[in-house]
Amino acid sequence: MAEKLKVATCSLAGCFGCHMSLLDVDERLLELLEIVEFDRSPINDIKHISQPVDLGLIEGGVCNAENIHVLHEFRKMCKILVAVGECGITGGIPSMRNSFTLKECLEEAFVRGAGTENAHIPDDPEIPLLLDKVRPLHHIVKIDYFLPGCPPSAEAFLYFLTELMAGRDPSLPQELIHFD
Amino acid sequence: MSSSFFLDGKAIPFKEGQTVLQAAMSAGHYIPHLCWRPELEPHSSCRLCTVIISGKPFSSCTQPAMEGQNVECDTPELKAMRRAVTQLLFVEGNHYCPSCEESGGCKLQATAYYLGMQDNHFPHQFPVRVRDSSHPLVNLDRDRCIRCETCVRASRELDGKNVFAIHGRGIRSKLAVNSPTGLLKDSGISPEDMAVKLCPTGALTVKRVGFEFPIGQRIFDQESIATLELREYANQEAVHG
Repeated sequence: MAEKLKVATCSLAGCFGCHMSLLDVDERLLELLEIVEFDRSPINDIKHISQPVDLGLIEGGVCNAENIHVLHEFRKMCKILVAVGECGITGGIPSMRNSFTLKECLEEAFVRGAGTENAHIPDDPEIPLLLDKVRPLHHIVKIDYFLPGCPPSAEAFLYFLTELMAGRDPSLPQELIHFD
Repeated sequence: MSSSFFLDGKAIPFKEGQTVLQAAMSAGHYIPHLCWRPELEPHSSCRLCTVIISGKPFSSCTQPAMEGQNVECDTPELKAMRRAVTQLLFVEGNHYCPSCEESGGCKLQATAYYLGMQDNHFPHQFPVRVRDSSHPLVNLDRDRCIRCETCVRASRELDGKNVFAIHGRGIRSKLAVNSPTGLLKDSGISPEDMAVKLCPTGALTVKRVGFEFPIGQRIFDQESIATLELREYANQEAVHG
């Protein structure tokens, strides 16, 4: 049997919707697992990439210092790195905060927000520092492929992974390209 | 005797006074475009309809069709150029497709799909732009505006109102509203205006009808922009000749 493709996945400033869509391949997940082996991923709860892997799938944009740290780990350990979904590709919904200053956002959430008690902006050193803007992945590291959609459909995931594993250009046909 | 030119080697008949784009559309060959509308004077600003004639780039919406000329349109270089131009339109604005009520009916988005655009390639500008929700029935979201001036021309040429103009230059230019306060509520705009209907993005939308059609049943869930535009152009020609 041919060696399985080693895949790592993670969600940065995303909603895990892309991961849910990957799981939405339903029973075809069993066929996928015949050819794919997961390393670090929220699916198996492995916290760090244990060894260099073939493919990294990242959902979500970059909104804090920890996201940058994880993104660099993925770039270092993944031969091919893929930005998955609108947030990874464009910053997506979280980047809607870019029209405001970080101070305005934090005050709206923690100071002026309805029903807040002991109103103050959280400053525990364990909380990752927020960036001034939410950025797409390609602003920080080189991204090899982009899989658009919010989320990309299960069919788009299957098409992309199948074509990539066959050594072909995984560009999506027009009917599978969606930004929503 | 009818005249013809060659589009990627295929003979395209044309009538006196037609542009390359009009003749191509009449013959069933879609050339991507965003600022061009058959009912408006051409504007030649989006540059998506660029073709190569005798080694030089021309916008096909303004270039008159000429007997025997060789027009290159569907080449890998021009496709890559069109994709790059569309990517620039995306990064210069704030196009949050997943939360936009125009998604699925947006010509900017549909053009990106047609061009096989899977990423925005360039660094996002994340510009800060002012939204105008003052009007009870029409919304102006400048985040989504590509400054194609379709609304500017439609308001003047079709609605007879002159509600819009472009203010400023280059990357700082923005859509301005011609009213005493600069707000849409004090302008003569109405949701039936062609200026609102022809906006190729979600910059001008009618309130309270967003998300009318569920995902899967929206215009560009059903067909590509090429199919839709060619059909609309054929219908228009059948009516107006």
